[in-house]
Amino acid sequence: MISSVNRRNFLKVAGGAGAGLVLSFYLPSKNHEFLGESPNESFAPNVWLRIDPSGTVTITVAKSEMGQGPHTYFPMIVAEELEADWKSIKVEQADAHPDKYGSQGTGGSTGVRTSWENLRKAGATAREMLIAAAATRWNVDRLSCYAENGSVIHKPTKRSFTYGQLADDAGKVPVPQNPPVKDPKDFKIVGTWVPQLPTADRSTGKAKFGIDTKVPGMLYASLVRCPVFGGNVASFDATKAKAVPGVRTIVQIDNGVAVLADSTWAAMQGRDALDIKWDNGPNASLDSDKIRKMFEEYSSKEGVVGESEGEIAKALTAGAKSVEAVYELPYISHSPMEPMNCVADVKSGSCEIWVPSQTPQSAQDVAAQITGLPKEKVTVHVTMLGGGFGRRLDNDYVEEAVKISKAASVPVQLLWTREDDMMHDFYRPASRHHLSGAVDGSGKLVAWNHKMIGPSIGEQRSPGRFKDGMDRSALNGATEMPYSIPNYAVSYVMANTAVPIGAWRSVYRSQNIFVVESFIDELAHAARKDPLEFRLQMLDKSPRLKKVVETVAEKAGWKKPLPKGLGRGIACASCFGSHVAEVAEVSVEKGKVRVHRMVVAVDCGIAVAPNTLEAQIEGAIVLALTAALKGEITIENGRAKQSNFDAYPLMTIDEMPKVEVHIVNSYEALGGIGEPGVPPAAPAVCNAIFSATGKRIRRLPIVKLV
Amino acid sequence: MASISLSVNGKKETIDVQPDTPLLWVLRDTLGLTGTKYGCGIGACGACNVHMDGEVTRSCATPVLSCDGKSIVTIEGLEQNGHLHPVQEAWIKEDVPQCGYCQPGMIMSATALLKKRRHPTDADINDALSGNLCRCGTYNRVRKAIHLAAKNGGAQ
Repeated sequence: MISSVNRRNFLKVAGGAGAGLVLSFYLPSKNHEFLGESPNESFAPNVWLRIDPSGTVTITVAKSEMGQGPHTYFPMIVAEELEADWKSIKVEQADAHPDKYGSQGTGGSTGVRTSWENLRKAGATAREMLIAAAATRWNVDRLSCYAENGSVIHKPTKRSFTYGQLADDAGKVPVPQNPPVKDPKDFKIVGTWVPQLPTADRSTGKAKFGIDTKVPGMLYASLVRCPVFGGNVASFDATKAKAVPGVRTIVQIDNGVAVLADSTWAAMQGRDALDIKWDNGPNASLDSDKIRKMFEEYSSKEGVVGESEGEIAKALTAGAKSVEAVYELPYISHSPMEPMNCVADVKSGSCEIWVPSQTPQSAQDVAAQITGLPKEKVTVHVTMLGGGFGRRLDNDYVEEAVKISKAASVPVQLLWTREDDMMHDFYRPASRHHLSGAVDGSGKLVAWNHKMIGPSIGEQRSPGRFKDGMDRSALNGATEMPYSIPNYAVSYVMANTAVPIGAWRSVYRSQNIFVVESFIDELAHAARKDPLEFRLQMLDKSPRLKKVVETVAEKAGWKKPLPKGLGRGIACASCFGSHVAEVAEVSVEKGKVRVHRMVVAVDCGIAVAPNTLEAQIEGAIVLALTAALKGEITIENGRAKQSNFDAYPLMTIDEMPKVEVHIVNSYEALGGIGEPGVPPAAPAVCNAIFSATGKRIRRLPIVKLV
Repeated sequence: MASISLSVNGKKETIDVQPDTPLLWVLRDTLGLTGTKYGCGIGACGACNVHMDGEVTRSCATPVLSCDGKSIVTIEGLEQNGHLHPVQEAWIKEDVPQCGYCQPGMIMSATALLKKRRHPTDADINDALSGNLCRCGTYNRVRKAIHLAAKNGGAQ
């Protein structure tokens, strides 16, 4: 039964005996920040809310859960407005659907921002309907009733009904159009430290990741691809592979050869026994030195200006002191702990998929294309994700699994080995940055020129897309600087290579903000100013950022002298709608950098789930510092040289700094939290290294230079 | 094919697989115990950690042949008589996991550590857990949970 529809708020109610109360919402909103998507109108993630006669409140979450918390913060927001008993909350993961839930894409730190309004409205609407149902049953004035902890209470008589008792009746109540939402000062759940709902399953081995999917009759598949980017199979001999015990069949798909077997191990053994002749294609001689040289050559090109103000050329020479620097960043991998995988079962009239994906709707699209089936015949179940960091925005492994299942006419689990995962990533692009700046006699920054040279993710995915050579997203973090600088220019020189690239947590901001915040520090020292004061004097137009910078400085004890051998550095960023400042304390001994402490202040409007927020900041720091300290994928003979954690080490527990997170609730517009902690971490550490040693890090990873 | 007898979580199992098959895949594919994870296949990340006769063992780099007659405990076997292991209780209390994928391996390292050191120092924790990679950044909470488990008699 659809009881009300309007343009802004499309709400459905399904009620009736035994069904309880079922609500769903659509609310159009701006949902962008996704890689390769221009900011356009799309649907916000939907809310499905069901209260059944047993009193269980089921919330369908259409965003992917990879530790960033939608299985907890979605229900927190709903339960807050619903006045639900937290213990009655159950979460269901939505399958992919073209439009039922709006965008199911999980990225761009959009989860809370795009859902907040809907989730609150869903909870408030259901609450009002439950209250109305109770008032009708008691035949009393609705205003004499209130909701609390999963019950509606009649104030004068203290009578009460549980939500379960009211669910069926509530399903028949007219839907209120503008139910009141709570004043944030009355929040009881939102803003409090709530444990993540999946924690117990994650601590007992019960959590089901993609890799844990088992389907009757399923074979295990291992796919061998050409190690050289853009290469492919020339010919292959499967005789030895077929002889491996447990190997059942071998199929070739367009990018490689898959071995299907009774067990993962047999599939891997069979794959190793394949005798393949490769056609390495046009990139077989590509290597990191050539790419670096190419960027250097391209740096003499005039960039396409992304942003400018004042007279940069004049200001650069007119300043009392000018500084120039070149910064370089390498390719790095995502390497989530769960390697890419997908289970696909292609039948003649249907296709069923189980996948840990950040973009299940794209997975559905791609499976529909490959199988020729209409989308409604393609079911995509989203499992728990063993990390994502942007890697799982791409569905290349879904394509492969569907093709293999289709070719072999059997359900298959395609599991990438770690080597597959590291050698066939969509890496964070390498880049080169030319900077020049000038300060005047009073120590004020008067000129800033930043030229970014690097590949465009958007161009690689749709060649020819940027006619003028400008991919604005490649300048994210370099443009829209929070500082007031009278003369500045930011430009881009597109320098594409054959190395596959993609979105890595905070995308281009993780590199551009590293460069910006490092060079700001250089200029502060050139101006003989304290790096904190230097920033603060330019932040008047960015009051929210200014406040977190001040907060972090205070909490870190910026003015207090450090013991000898320690250095302190600061960096900040406004991105994904949030404002973050970080102070790092480091020491450098015998060339080894040790990060002792990271102090973080963050303003994301309202910290909806402080527990998750703190975890996300710690996670952002680990990912960012792993990259800054050690991360580098080098290209050799057209392929990634590193293939596993022995050659591509990650930060370990003994290297983990103490992290202190300070939340600044401004109650202003909501910002995201998955990514904003990443960009300031590396520059804060490098600025601290400079403070400790006088050595400026202009090329990452740090391990190369210290 | 070889027939290998071992105990998994207290249950006797006889396995008929290729003798070089790593214990990890026997647990996951043959016995359906998917709590133990594949992360690297070269013993470099700890996601596949189990206990073999009480010692932390990388199941991805342990041929099942070498497990004949051994006693294996996986994440699924920590629970005793319906009670979670004190380490798991501490994990829940500190809300340690993010994505959760590396956590079974972390917990297996932590439980083995607490058997040897009732009250581990930070240095002990570093020694015992630095072979467990977490990409999400749970390290500080892992440390807190181990200390909490120790306080609560985690050396079960």
